[in-house]
Amino acid sequence: MSIDGELIVFIICGGLSVIGALGMVLSRKAVHSALFIAMVMINLAILYIANSAPFLGMVQIIVYTGAVMMLFLFVLMVVGVDSSDSLIETIRGQRLFGILFGVALAVLLIGGIGSAMADKPDIGLKAANDEFGGNVEGIANLIFSDYLFAFQATAALLITAGLGAVILTHREAWKPKATQKELSVARFMVGAGHPGNKPNPGVYARHNAVNTPAILPDGSLALDSVPEPVRSRDDSLIVDHRVVSTVVELVESEDQN
Amino acid sequence: MSGSSFGFFGTDPWWMVILKAVAIFGMLVVLTLFTIWWERRVVSRMQNRIGPNRVGPAGLLQSLMDGFKLAFKEEIIPKSAHVAVYWIAPVISATAAFLAFAVIPFGPTVSIFGVETPLQLTDFPVSVLYVLAIASVGVYGLVLAGWSSGSTYPLLGGLRSTAQVISYEIAMGLSFVAVFLFAGSMSTSEIIAKQQPIWFAVILLPSFLIYVTSMVGETNRAPFDLPEAEGELVGGFHTEYSSLKFAMFFLAEYINMVTVSALAATLFLGGWLAPWPISLWDSANVGWWPILWWLLKVQLFIFMFIWLRATLPRLRYDQFMKFGWKILIPASLAWIFIVAIARVFRDDFAFSNQQLLIVGAVVIAVLLVGSWLLQVRSDRKQAAIDAEREQELLVPFDAMGGGHPVPPMPGQVLAYTPRRILAAQSLASQVIPPALDSTPTEETPNA
Repeated sequence: MSIDGELIVFIICGGLSVIGALGMVLSRKAVHSALFIAMVMINLAILYIANSAPFLGMVQIIVYTGAVMMLFLFVLMVVGVDSSDSLIETIRGQRLFGILFGVALAVLLIGGIGSAMADKPDIGLKAANDEFGGNVEGIANLIFSDYLFAFQATAALLITAGLGAVILTHREAWKPKATQKELSVARFMVGAGHPGNKPNPGVYARHNAVNTPAILPDGSLALDSVPEPVRSRDDSLIVDHRVVSTVVELVESEDQN
Repeated sequence: MSGSSFGFFGTDPWWMVILKAVAIFGMLVVLTLFTIWWERRVVSRMQNRIGPNRVGPAGLLQSLMDGFKLAFKEEIIPKSAHVAVYWIAPVISATAAFLAFAVIPFGPTVSIFGVETPLQLTDFPVSVLYVLAIASVGVYGLVLAGWSSGSTYPLLGGLRSTAQVISYEIAMGLSFVAVFLFAGSMSTSEIIAKQQPIWFAVILLPSFLIYVTSMVGETNRAPFDLPEAEGELVGGFHTEYSSLKFAMFFLAEYINMVTVSALAATLFLGGWLAPWPISLWDSANVGWWPILWWLLKVQLFIFMFIWLRATLPRLRYDQFMKFGWKILIPASLAWIFIVAIARVFRDDFAFSNQQLLIVGAVVIAVLLVGSWLLQVRSDRKQAAIDAEREQELLVPFDAMGGGHPVPPMPGQVLAYTPRRILAAQSLASQVIPPALDSTPTEETPNA
């Protein structure tokens, strides 16, 4: 890869990452912050790929953007953290300490990584990848030899954390859950009420307004078809006069017979 | 990138890259139009109808006309929408759908305007992971569409799609592992090259079945189309979308179908390699013919999608999640375990395939007998527990048993106090007004 291409990728993705990071801190809505951080993650992934670490870049997108940030969004959407939070500091001097600790962390990271890398020879990305015959092969070789214990320990920790979360949110079932068959049987039991959907208001009636009761096959009115709030104010009930009079006539003629 | 082991990839001149990208874009749009028409026709046949047959020969131009109509429709943006996110969501969805196709191989190396080049935009050591990554970015489109619409049903659809796609992506990723183990690579072109004598669908059948199941969940197609379950959520995440923005979701859905089908063909059905009787022909796997084999395999999966949609009712949400987490994921883990062990025995201990099969049969027989014995044992235990519980229920419930007032467990009855008896009597003596319902069940029992 030529220097120019890499430089262009760096300028675009680096710039977008900085914009995303600033947007993450400065945006008022929690969901917008989450989106900006997703943008930072994707741009970082592109930078990893440009630096001959395609596996890391892909895993970054799959794990962080695809799963972790998605779960964040999920929670934000469920909880509905929507209103902009007030900017009053709840802890005194929070922002000052935040900035101080942030700078301290940056100094620590730059200093630590810088001093650790100072005496390492600069062999270039291609040579580093070719040592084991490729990027993925190199990672596999390191993870399953030198760093096997760290890898296994991390895996065990994550599994433990996952199990712990499941146990903490677990609730003992009070009674066995009704199966679909049992629910169906209960629905058809005597006294359980209407087994299926009730007719909508206005079915076979002269109007389809929500306060017009449906008419059953035998001509009687299905008053249940009108929603309860409407039904309870019976002055608003439109009775289908034609049908009702027919029914009344029928009933009367039956009575006479 | 390390282009050393990837032959022609990364050496294309700039105009070739643009040509391939435009060709893929055009092919995907045309395939989408075709798939919509094909789906409508096939579903119609399966339902004893004819389907669109008016616009163009056999109705082929119907979806093109529908596309025009959709584009010129009035665009309605809800007042409560979060406008910026509402705009971005369909763009993310459609862009991600197109991007995933960059690593799908269509054929072998051919000569285009005198330049030798593979029929694939690009390839790199982790290109299958790239498809997974792009798919997980594409989900943002659905989720954000659901959230930004500022409406209840889309939000529920968005939440469902998050949970669904994350769950099924795990099963999908696990189904790739056995393929990676056998191919020794995560690049699409090398995976195809490794399927030369026999397809991975044959030797890794469980992986193939798990992938095919999870790809239906991943693309939100029936019977796993819960994010847009029209019976429950109106239209799901795209309820509030109209006009061109809706068209982009539509486009993305169909391209995703083609993408997962193409990935299935690449990983399990030998990609562009000719199927068996044709592969006897010497020039079946050279030149431009392989595009046809590739297209046939992709269409096979798309037909399966359509068939599923016409046949199966939508799953209930909890059953769907249970299926993903409690069946697909453990099954793929167990299968990876078996594959890894079998490979170690074959490669490191020089077992022949025949010996492996015998050992596998013995292990399966032992597992079957063992699980049957365990089942018998647990049934007996459960019966004993049930009997003990029955005995417990016979003892009258003491509300102050442990020194604290406690509520009765299910099945236990609180002893009646004099006040409770009085309350029950007064309740029974009240005349319960008859319901307004005029259904004639009480009067005419035989109605």
